[in-house]
Amino acid sequence: MPESMLLAAAAGVVAGALALGVVLLLRRLVLAQRELGTDAEQATYQTLHLASRAAKHVRAGLDGVDAARAGRSLRALLGCESLAIVDLAGHVTVEGDDAVRRIAGELAETACSTGKPHVQRRIAIGSHETDAVAAPILTGGRPVGAIVAFSAPVRAGLIRATGEVASWVASQVELGELDASRAALAEAEVRALRAQISPHFIYNALNAIASFINTDPAKARDLVLEFADFTRYSFRRHGDFTTVAEELRSIDSYLELERARFGARLTVTLQVAPEVLSTVVPFLSIQPLVENAVRHGLESKEGGGRITITATDSGAFAEITVEDDGVGIDPVVLEEVLAGAATGEHVGLRNVDARLRQVYGDEHGLVVETNVGAGTLVRMRVPKAHPGPNPNAGPAAGPTTARDGSPSR
Amino acid sequence: MNAAISYAAITAVALASALIGFYGLRVSRTTSDFYVASRTVRPWWNASAIGGEYLSAASFLGIAGLILTTGSAGLWFPIGYTAGYLMLLLFVAAPLRRSGAYTIPDFTEARLESRGARLVTSTLVIVIGWLYIVPQLQGAALAVRITTGLPSWAGSLAVAVIVAVVVAAGGMRSITFVQAFQFWLKLTAIAVPAVVLLIFVGGVEPALPPVEAFPAAAGPGDHDPYRTVSLMVALLFGTLGLPHVLVRFYTNPDGGAARRTTVLVLMLLSVFYLFPTILGLLGRAFAPDLAATGDADALVLVLPDRLVPGWAGDLLTALVIAGAFAAFLSTSSGLVVSLAGVISQDLLGGSVRGFRIAAVASSFVPLIVALATDSTGLAGSVGLVFAFTASTLCPMLLLGIWWRGLTARGAIAGMLTGAVLSGSAILGGGIISAAVPAIRPFLEQPAAWTVPLALLVTVLASVADRRRRPRGVDAFFTRLHVPEPTGRALPQAGAVSGPAASGAAAGTSDRGASSATAGPGGPASPDARG
Repeated sequence: MPESMLLAAAAGVVAGALALGVVLLLRRLVLAQRELGTDAEQATYQTLHLASRAAKHVRAGLDGVDAARAGRSLRALLGCESLAIVDLAGHVTVEGDDAVRRIAGELAETACSTGKPHVQRRIAIGSHETDAVAAPILTGGRPVGAIVAFSAPVRAGLIRATGEVASWVASQVELGELDASRAALAEAEVRALRAQISPHFIYNALNAIASFINTDPAKARDLVLEFADFTRYSFRRHGDFTTVAEELRSIDSYLELERARFGARLTVTLQVAPEVLSTVVPFLSIQPLVENAVRHGLESKEGGGRITITATDSGAFAEITVEDDGVGIDPVVLEEVLAGAATGEHVGLRNVDARLRQVYGDEHGLVVETNVGAGTLVRMRVPKAHPGPNPNAGPAAGPTTARDGSPSR
Repeated sequence: MNAAISYAAITAVALASALIGFYGLRVSRTTSDFYVASRTVRPWWNASAIGGEYLSAASFLGIAGLILTTGSAGLWFPIGYTAGYLMLLLFVAAPLRRSGAYTIPDFTEARLESRGARLVTSTLVIVIGWLYIVPQLQGAALAVRITTGLPSWAGSLAVAVIVAVVVAAGGMRSITFVQAFQFWLKLTAIAVPAVVLLIFVGGVEPALPPVEAFPAAAGPGDHDPYRTVSLMVALLFGTLGLPHVLVRFYTNPDGGAARRTTVLVLMLLSVFYLFPTILGLLGRAFAPDLAATGDADALVLVLPDRLVPGWAGDLLTALVIAGAFAAFLSTSSGLVVSLAGVISQDLLGGSVRGFRIAAVASSFVPLIVALATDSTGLAGSVGLVFAFTASTLCPMLLLGIWWRGLTARGAIAGMLTGAVLSGSAILGGGIISAAVPAIRPFLEQPAAWTVPLALLVTVLASVADRRRRPRGVDAFFTRLHVPEPTGRALPQAGAVSGPAASGAAAGTSDRGASSATAGPGGPASPDARG
């Protein structure tokens, strides 16, 4: 009976998984037992374990949820009754008896102002009395908060330990600041890499427009409008992301201007799967590829050429390629460019490549197929899911952009 | 029945699907016109594509078969299948589109900031997808056996191989057009026979007098309320979690378009489900013997040949077979594409090769299950998949969108509870209810108690775990629920004639709108520019 077969198979799978789990658990237990070692070794391990558990939270900040989580480990580390973490703004996070909150704040203030550990004895908390030691957390010589440990009584050992914990916390806070500045640096790098309109292009575009002003004023006017559209998009300040559809529109404006120079020598083919249009990509990540194809592929080729832009659906990814049948790139030179050694030519490619790697990870860099005289094919593969902010959520394009635009169609 | 015509119909649909899959992209959007290329998919197209993907073997064959065997109780299925989209419209479509998540695991990770929760969700999505493909393959087996006389496995194998090859070879690079085509094929293939049969039955004496075929005692008043409620819960909430449905909404440019698409899907499905119902009722009067042989699901395939004599009957049969195969192929390939996406992303590093391996695996695992088991009614087995989905993914999705308090642990606890409860009710139901007959209905339709329990566990576990609320939840909620700025519905666009205005509504930006106004009316006059 097939139903019972299916059931038996399911039961088999579940039993197998359980058995495997039990075996793994036992193995881990046995190994752990064997490696526990002497009491001193165990104590060292315990201390380091608690410290490393607290480290992650301390780095994230001295208030809120993180402080509460760090407090748990730190209290176990010091073996005191209650422990309070106080930051410079006066936020007190208490682990243990919450009645010590007010006095912890006062003690922390004293410790911060003197910059030295401060011990206070015989503090009345409700019906009983306790002692407390407050140690300031100093980073770069300035206090950023304090650790207050409550215990009855406070012995010299606890005072020393609290001081050590406070200085350890200080080093973690500094590491946390380092993390934050590293993230800020990465962000600044992405912003700095954000593609710029090349001066070369502006010069050429304006020249092309100038050549039409007398012979074909209507066309010159259209081109100026295209130029305005293109610059508006490229200079926009909000958001580091855009959609494939918007990027395609900007490419259209760009190519319209290039066609003014190339005339019939520039043919463009598009093959776009509509599923990909709403995919979010880094701002100006496709247009530089097209510009590279025009400037370095077709400009120096006799008789112009063809550019093919495709966007296809590939499961959870979108694949976008830009191909030209121009002069191609020497692979050795290209490698140097992408590695960041050479400057000048193909900067656009390197720029896009670096940003894609920055945003999606190293496996999503540009893939370039090229050789001298064989044309160039640049491919990018980006995940459709985008965890970043919504590209459409920026300030709405104002009414200034709503004029009629494109009579050339 | 004429086997040659059946072969021809099956081959034609398989070829057409593969060809549109491979070449549809070229035909549809190869152009040098950027405006055409960057115009996003209209809600109409997208709604047709969703309908094409959604209408599976259960809808095309199963519902008529169920009405034949169970009478008016079977009518609840088309209602539930359609109304699920109402839930989708009200609670999920627009926020999910705004979330930027492409798959349900993406959503889980973004919302809960937890790899563990993502892993559990991925596993469930894969299991649900496989379970959903199995009835499609069983439907194919049945259709091939009834219409050509080949052994059953040939049908399942053929569909699995076609889907695996087309998807793995990258044939679904623009799946929207394939699925939209399949929808209209399916609608034609079931509407034309239904109408023709209605015209023909005027002169034919029913095999069963209507009084016996539709006894008043088996009318709507006779229904077991628990079963009906449970079925409705499963179908309404199950739709929310189906992996291949969510992916289609991503094609919409924004949340508003996602809502419009859903409304259109509701209409399209309502129209479609009229026809299986008609065929089911006709079958009850004219082919009651099918219910006895256990081939009730073949009703739609057999009925035209029985009622319409000669070549006309053969043609109608061919049309129905084509529609049925469109149903098997479209639903399976849609599922395989989304499953392969999830598997390759989570297990195989997201490479192209990984996607291919995953596509083949997602076609053949269900094939093995389909060959090892017997179909016990297509609509029923798809209904159980809906119950499983409703008990596992739906609480996580709904609470994830509408309740800030959901935490990763709560979601995992709820999903596992739902999976264990509904899974054991579905798999072990036969054995348990043999021991305790009183609880049989609760095991046959588990959704009414598993969904609330899963919800409850999710909420309780999240409340107990409230210190671990994800940090980014406020930002994420803003993103989910704040509508996109409507820069596209500009008054200037509205000043032009009808078609242009509708074009403007579908464009994604002001630029698209202005092009649409200039397009149909010829070049805009220079004075029009401020």
